[in-house]
Amino acid sequence: MTNEIVIKTDKLTKRFGDFIATNEISFDVYKGEIFGFLGANGAGKTTAMKMLCGLSTPSSGSATIAGFDIYKQTESIKKNIGYMSQKFSLYEDLTVLENIQFFGGIYGLSDMQLKEKSESLIETLGMKEDAKKLVGSLPLGWKQKLSFSVAILHEPQIVFLDEPTGGVDPVTRRQFWDLIYNAADRGITIFVTTHYMDEAEYCNRVTMMVDGIIKALDTPTKLKQQFSAATMDEVFFELARGAKRKAD
Amino acid sequence: MKQFIIFVKKEFYHVFRDSKTLLLLFGMPIAQIILFGFALTNEIKNADIVICDYANDIASHRIIDKLEVSKSFQIQKQNLSHHEIENAFKTGKVKLAIIFPSNFNNDLQHANKAQVQIIADASDLNTASTLTNYASSIVMDYQRELLKDKSLPLQINTDVRMIYNPELKGVFNFVPGVMALVLLLVCVLMTSVSIVREKETGTMEVLLVSPLNPLLVIISKAVPYFFLSIINLTVILILSTTLMGMPINGSLPLLYFESSLLIICALALGLLISNITDSQQAAMLISLMGMLLPVMMFTGFMFPLENMPQPLKIIANAIPSKWYYIIMKSIMIKGLGFSAIWKETLILMGMTLLLLIISVKKFKTRLQ
Repeated sequence: MTNEIVIKTDKLTKRFGDFIATNEISFDVYKGEIFGFLGANGAGKTTAMKMLCGLSTPSSGSATIAGFDIYKQTESIKKNIGYMSQKFSLYEDLTVLENIQFFGGIYGLSDMQLKEKSESLIETLGMKEDAKKLVGSLPLGWKQKLSFSVAILHEPQIVFLDEPTGGVDPVTRRQFWDLIYNAADRGITIFVTTHYMDEAEYCNRVTMMVDGIIKALDTPTKLKQQFSAATMDEVFFELARGAKRKAD
Repeated sequence: MKQFIIFVKKEFYHVFRDSKTLLLLFGMPIAQIILFGFALTNEIKNADIVICDYANDIASHRIIDKLEVSKSFQIQKQNLSHHEIENAFKTGKVKLAIIFPSNFNNDLQHANKAQVQIIADASDLNTASTLTNYASSIVMDYQRELLKDKSLPLQINTDVRMIYNPELKGVFNFVPGVMALVLLLVCVLMTSVSIVREKETGTMEVLLVSPLNPLLVIISKAVPYFFLSIINLTVILILSTTLMGMPINGSLPLLYFESSLLIICALALGLLISNITDSQQAAMLISLMGMLLPVMMFTGFMFPLENMPQPLKIIANAIPSKWYYIIMKSIMIKGLGFSAIWKETLILMGMTLLLLIISVKKFKTRLQ
């Protein structure tokens, strides 16, 4: 983790009619950091993430991602970020290898790079025997790990993970986080939303969103001190208790 | 360009690995062409008709002979009273009654003017009009024969001619219609479902976050289905020419050109549908129900557009398959060239362009 800022937002706001999904959120994320983005359903996490990925245009406020402006340079942003969606986002009717080659290909990797990358990736994940199997036939945990590896195949500066570990057992979740740490060590910034409070403890810093506003932002240890709580769970309850919005 | 090839390759994997898609893509056209071609033709064979021959003279006998030779009729000769004829219709025993008045030949020879009454069961309008057409054309045929023998002109002024399709073969009208139906249905369904599937599985989001140009996503989605549709079209053409003797009198390249236009139109429509729905089921339903009914009704191959009330005729103008149907009939049956169908082609082109612009615009705004 360095002091180089890769994501900077300033009063970023998204309105849908009268509804303010995210209300003037401002924060910085540093290079190589694992940045947790927490909040109840409907708190505005996904909206915020979509704006940062260039999937949705902010109503007001400003932000730079990897040094590029969120309004004017979305194309450059897209080349420098990876994304793993909430839903499992590989093609189930393609084999492991075909998926790697497809996603690597659309990010413009050359044939040489593709060959090298896919070989080393399959090696690291220990999927040698499954490389020619359809992804749909793999267990969920494997799919998720593969999905993450594909999202960082093109060595992006930042990778956005939208609730990546939903429905996965604790052991696989732990393995998944090992992959995340690995990527962070290589200098890739991780921006992750999650529901699991134990996962929040794995993050370098955590943001708590309530009703579209950032209620707290600090390291897990400091947050626990601040709210004199034993676990992140308690911190979350303390903060979310005042929430007015219903889960969507 | 490389991204494009990778993407198209991926689309082909999707198609060839999904047996349901394959079945829909190639099974449906074959089933429909056979179904419509053989089973559902509006050509009528062996219709029960009753002939009441009160004349019983040379002229009436000659006409009855001709009617008997025709495969369309199953003749029953019986001199029924008016009341009995009505009963026969009511019970559905006969579809048509032909009545020769008592001095038929006499009138014809001396007054040069004779009458045959044809009564049809108009509760089934299509059958009735087809049968009366058959019968009256046979009567006309006889009159034409008489004209040759006689020096005196006979007073016949009805002139029903069946040009282009003298045998009144229903297949000839059905094949272009089925082509329109199949191409529209398959293309609209395939594109809308394949795009919505990516929305449903979440892969669309990943594609949109990637540096791929959204336009490239659309084009790469459309290209495989375009080629598959062309193959589909070829299958239909081969089937209908070999199995049903459908002629292709006009230019084949022109036929393919016009079909490509309809296919692109359908692809754009599929794209549009995929923009307004988020689930595969909904996309399928909209594509099937939303396309099947209007296309069947307003193309003109099932229900003649000429018989429709004005408002429906206006609606029919907005259905691309109507224009395609006219174009295909002109090319395949009449053997006409581009000069005869440029107007219809222009309309089809306009529709395609409009749909393309709307759907591409919609696709882009959805990203914002």
